[in-house]
Amino acid sequence: MSKHLEERIFVGLMIASTIVVLGSLVLILATVVMKGLPALNLKMLTQVPKGGYYLGKEGGILNAITGSLALAGGATILSYVFSLAVVLYLHFFAQDSRFVYLVRLSLDVLWGVPSIVYGAFGFTLLLLLGLRASMLGGIVALALLELPILVRAMDEVISMVPLELKEASYALGATRLETALRTVVRQTVPGLLTASLLAFGRGIGDAASVLFTAGYTDRMPTSLLRPVASLPLAVFFQLGTPVPEVQERAYASALVLTIIILIISLIARLLTRRLTRHVIH
Amino acid sequence: MTKNRLRRFKDQFASRVTRALTVFAAALILLIGLALLIRAQPLLDITPLGKLLTSSDWHPLRGEFGFLPFILGTLWVTTLAMVLAVPPCLLCAIYLAEYAPRRLRDTIKPLIDLLAGIPSVVYGLWGTLMVVPVIRGTITPWVGKHLGFTSLLATDNPSGYGVLAGGVVLAVMVFPVIISVTEEVIRAVPDGLREAALALGATRWQMVKGVVLRRSLPGVIAAVVLGFSRAFGETMAVMMVVGNIPQIPRSVFDAAYPLPALIANNYGEMMSIPLYDAALLTAALVLLLLVLAFTFAARIVLLQAVRRVA
Amino acid sequence: MSEPLIQIRGLSVTYGDRQAVRDVSVDIPARQITAIIGPSGCGKTTLLRSISRLIELVAGVRVWGQVIFQGQNIYDPHVDVTEIRRRIGLLAQRPFPLPMSIYENVAYGPRLHERYNRETLDAIVEKQLRAAGLWDEVKDRLHTSASALSVGQQQRLCLARGLAVEPEVLLCDEATSALDPISAQRIEGRLLELKADYGIVLVTHVLRQARRLADYVVFMYMGELIEHGPADQVFRNPQEVKTRAYLEGEFY
Repeated sequence: MSKHLEERIFVGLMIASTIVVLGSLVLILATVVMKGLPALNLKMLTQVPKGGYYLGKEGGILNAITGSLALAGGATILSYVFSLAVVLYLHFFAQDSRFVYLVRLSLDVLWGVPSIVYGAFGFTLLLLLGLRASMLGGIVALALLELPILVRAMDEVISMVPLELKEASYALGATRLETALRTVVRQTVPGLLTASLLAFGRGIGDAASVLFTAGYTDRMPTSLLRPVASLPLAVFFQLGTPVPEVQERAYASALVLTIIILIISLIARLLTRRLTRHVIH
Repeated sequence: MTKNRLRRFKDQFASRVTRALTVFAAALILLIGLALLIRAQPLLDITPLGKLLTSSDWHPLRGEFGFLPFILGTLWVTTLAMVLAVPPCLLCAIYLAEYAPRRLRDTIKPLIDLLAGIPSVVYGLWGTLMVVPVIRGTITPWVGKHLGFTSLLATDNPSGYGVLAGGVVLAVMVFPVIISVTEEVIRAVPDGLREAALALGATRWQMVKGVVLRRSLPGVIAAVVLGFSRAFGETMAVMMVVGNIPQIPRSVFDAAYPLPALIANNYGEMMSIPLYDAALLTAALVLLLLVLAFTFAARIVLLQAVRRVA
Repeated sequence: MSEPLIQIRGLSVTYGDRQAVRDVSVDIPARQITAIIGPSGCGKTTLLRSISRLIELVAGVRVWGQVIFQGQNIYDPHVDVTEIRRRIGLLAQRPFPLPMSIYENVAYGPRLHERYNRETLDAIVEKQLRAAGLWDEVKDRLHTSASALSVGQQQRLCLARGLAVEPEVLLCDEATSALDPISAQRIEGRLLELKADYGIVLVTHVLRQARRLADYVVFMYMGELIEHGPADQVFRNPQEVKTRAYLEGEFY
């Protein structure tokens, strides 16, 4: 076969593959929008399920929307604190390079753990502590899920800071902590923020980890020790009913969830572009 | 306390606190494994792990917990997903890395990242609304008529909910992982090699096929293993389209019941049937160990690749 | 000669298996400009950075010997390294402003070490920017980002920043090699003015610069100290063969 013909065939296949990949994105988004938009109305966004909601009567998914935001928000904050501590330790305080390697390895492994395992682990923790499924349980399970993601992203961001910057700070007599917080973190704020948004987006869309640990409720989130609703589970449960109106609400819920995630991705992207302008070198 | 002493104290304090938190984070994987193991103990004391993994008798009320159908179910769906995903992903990645003009690549890559951000339930929803009906309405009848002679494609299950649906949905879910890792690995091949091949009169494709792909093969394998690992643990999306019948699938149209789906579907009854919770947590432990094995395998392959390039 | 500013005794530094500095002993005089010269790779930068323990930031580095400053060995484990680094400042080759405004760059150091009120800080910032010869150019935009300055201005900013913590010694690591001739000249002018109040140790690979600025010269080759002494003496009448060869341009 002529070498040019072979090339043409493969390039054709490549372009076809790319179209398939992008096409699936389009199909998924189109499905969600087309099915979800008709069922989306103000009531859905501003009310909680009232009596008979799952049989087709009045109500909305405000409980799930606020619940998801609370869960993912709490989890991201909790996870952020841990991640920052880990990354600062690895880059400023650690002495033993073997330990550093082990830490990175173990977090790498954690990154691949499926969310259902975190849910199962969270469940065993709740049993151990004698607690029921609650917002706290959901936050802990999600925080575990987000931790390796955050650490990896933050690690990358801080690794990009040039050594000369740290040296300039140390040369003025700063301690490790002062250099870390006043100089390096200051330089990397956009990157750290983007990392948080990434983790938040991952957390808010996850169902398997909150299934066991956060429970579900038709009420608005009030207490850390009570079960809380979440959008992914709202989609799942509403889809599972035989009532067509409720199934349509599932589509609307999926649309709301997808829109939230798209907005977060957009904000993350814009932030990176804007804030990197003022950073040194 | 003078300012200097305070500063030193803060520095030391920060050092100790961050170290403690880091040790904790590093120990998490062990803690998780241990916790699952402890709760799986009641079952493991009665039935040895080997029997659990190879038996097909799943009768929780009788205390029989054979995981084989679920393990095989997971393997069927995941393998099919990889078969469907790997060729287009590799081709797409090669296109992005070697052929696409920079602007096109910069536009396409964020879109692929978007695919990665879509939550599992939304994939599952898409699966039930688009994939299953297409399989049920179009593919199953057509295959039944023309290709029904192989048992692999036997169309005993007309509902559309089965391994094929799970495989398709899962395949799309792993597109972003395989494409992005492969693309990075290919881009990492030094330009000097490319120039050398082109200078000898090779076409771009010959250069890619003969030089770049050969060089990035370990990385590509690692990407595939990584994708496999992700697909293996995926719960929600697959659960919504795969049928959830505890049987060993014989055809791609048969329903299956992957391990993650088993755990997710039955957590409600966990506490009411004796040993059920131990069984489900054993399943979680098995899942964890398998995913760990894949992660290590991918890492080792990547390490070899780096060593060769260096 | 009066009391030396810094006494280096038996200093050796290795990076992994590579020996960068081998058993160097020399006294750095006070209130003078000491130039450490030598061909590239001779260990002069390593020696310079060992004086304020900044060499410790490099992974895998090991240091032997003593550096005695103000009566104590700075490598003694009980010494507060941040205090040493405050007293021995560094001006690096590539200007590296901190990611903040011009004002905050200069105020960064003082803020770490003392609690100052706003007025005192303003005065410090102005004084040091004047000392660095940058005040007139930036006095109207103190709170704008430091990254907007030209390279020459950034280096003067780094000088002001380093002086703001009131060090007793200033180390300069090829501080003008990244600058255009005019900025380089300005920095050199500042250094000549500053030497009366500080001791300055500079590393340079430009012999002409060493001849212009140095009062005392230290010549290194392959990690070893070959010769040292007052500048006049070393430049006019070098004792060692290698020194003579280097000064005559036989290798660089």
